Amino acid sequence: MTTVPPPVEPGRSAPAPTLSATGLTVAYDALTVIDSLDVTIPPGQVTAIVGANACGKSTLLKALSRLHQPVRGTVHLDGQDITSIARKRLAQVLAVLPQQPTAPDGVTVADLVSRGRHPHRSLFGRWSPADEAAVTQALALTDTTELAHRPLSELSGGQRQRVWIAMVLAQDPHVMLLDEPTTFLDLHHQIEVLDLLAHLNTTRGTTIVMVLHELNLAARYADHLIVMAGGRIIAQGDPQTTLTSSIVKQAFTLDALVIKDPVTGTPLVVPERPSHGTTRHRDTTPHTPETASQPGATQKELP
Amino acid sequence: MTSIATLLHAARRRAITVTAFLLAAVIAVALITVMTGKYPLSVPEFFGVIAGQGNALDQYIVFGVRLPRLLLGVLAGASLGLAGALFQSLLLNPLASPDLLGISGGAATAAIIATLILGWAGPLVTLAAFGGAFLIAALIIAASRSGTGSGHRLILTGVGFAFLTSAVIGFIIKRAQINEAQSALFWTIGSVANSSWTSVTLVGVTLIVALPAVIYASRVLPIIQMGPASAVSLGVHDARARRILVVTAVLLASGAVAVVGPISFVALCAPAVARRAIGYGTAALTASACAGALMLTASDLAAQNLFGGAVPTGVITGAIGAPYLLWLLGSSTKGHSL
Repeated sequence: MTTVPPPVEPGRSAPAPTLSATGLTVAYDALTVIDSLDVTIPPGQVTAIVGANACGKSTLLKALSRLHQPVRGTVHLDGQDITSIARKRLAQVLAVLPQQPTAPDGVTVADLVSRGRHPHRSLFGRWSPADEAAVTQALALTDTTELAHRPLSELSGGQRQRVWIAMVLAQDPHVMLLDEPTTFLDLHHQIEVLDLLAHLNTTRGTTIVMVLHELNLAARYADHLIVMAGGRIIAQGDPQTTLTSSIVKQAFTLDALVIKDPVTGTPLVVPERPSHGTTRHRDTTPHTPETASQPGATQKELP
Repeated sequence: MTSIATLLHAARRRAITVTAFLLAAVIAVALITVMTGKYPLSVPEFFGVIAGQGNALDQYIVFGVRLPRLLLGVLAGASLGLAGALFQSLLLNPLASPDLLGISGGAATAAIIATLILGWAGPLVTLAAFGGAFLIAALIIAASRSGTGSGHRLILTGVGFAFLTSAVIGFIIKRAQINEAQSALFWTIGSVANSSWTSVTLVGVTLIVALPAVIYASRVLPIIQMGPASAVSLGVHDARARRILVVTAVLLASGAVAVVGPISFVALCAPAVARRAIGYGTAALTASACAGALMLTASDLAAQNLFGGAVPTGVITGAIGAPYLLWLLGSSTKGHSL
């Protein structure tokens, strides 16, 4: 972790449970996206799943969070098959922020974030002090307290994403799975969201699993990096050792230099100029990222 | 800083205020309805009749004619309002209502086949209407290939089926005998004029049967509205919850249509009015039920007193509802369609 965590809130002390999968095969109708995959998410750490488009990374996240039923294989939470855990109980431990959550027009921030308390409330349960504390803390952590009375639709993209994260936080989960939490955000807000997640991880010990498109940000923020290609995990571990030129080549069919991030010392992927396609107009300056020719993977990090 | 509980409480208080206001309006309309007409009753006379006094004619006017008609309007209006609110909140689309989706049309078509072709009557017609409504609902879901019940696709498919059902109704009426066609016309417009305690009971029983699911809906709708992924994340069996809510909405709509016919615009407008009054982003189920009851009873009051009482209730709801909807769409701020 590279960011300096702000003062510690009263967090949870119990260790986060371990999320793992064995023999996971996931398909959309006839199309098998993931075939017999085994994975263990290190508890209490930040894990980033990266890979080219359609490599199965979002599908893996969906399978891990019971959003998509695998054809074969099981997902375990501390060794227990998640399909055998009552839905509400599972929701008290494991929360997902989908890529594009929807909200009814005009819903206020307070209303939306309080809906995160659903798994902790009974059908006729009243709003409890625990609910109040969880929502208040979720708003404070995401710096959205001032927005509580405002309609979600009036907020900027960055604010909105922070509110959605607040909703998931109000759920008070031990494990948080996020599908591309920085999509549609500019660089400033991407960093803001990732800093927030890192902060949650260090202060509360929440396990964070996120699918990211930004290789360099993934390398910067993750303790554990999972690189996927063709529905398989081709490398995983400490970003320092995992993110190599050959792995980038394998995952993205892209020649790239991997250098040291001058700020954090984490791996920094710098795409090479294409070695073929000579008809293309090219910049002649060496080591300039060729954004136009890359498959989307490294574009958005350029300011 | 205001606490979350305070913010949530303020929202709930507003809902209660709006609901209370709507209820008061329903009661006011109800009192006017039972006391006025070709045979007016004064306030003391009316309460005397309620208390068991008054002559046989007064008794008959109140208990035999006016009360069943009024209660039928209240119950059918509430059912339609609830059905509309459920569909609209579930599909996150203010146009989703049983009349536009063809579900009312399905109920009416089945009812008209049952009465005109099969010669059925009473509860059998209600059962046929249930069957027709559920058949259309199943066809819409199958044809739109949207098992989770979301998206514009489902609504467009429903609009298609609505046209289909009105074509079938038109065909049957065209082929019917002149004397039958007059009564068949009821199934194209809808009215509470043919009320009886039996019809009140039929709608009432449907409403009571649906009530537990409506209470469940009030709790689960805010979660489902955030999309299947968030709903599952929050521990809701999304697909099952949607199935329960769709079945409930179809049940409520067909229960009303089976008895009062396809009265238009109540299911579409009542939830829009309720949400607008309470604040957007809520399902406003209770308020939608009250708004539906108010709209139907007020329309029927107008139907009884204007044009010599010759106009069916459904004509008035359409005449009020359509311009109101246009005004609502025109005056609502951008993005606040729901």
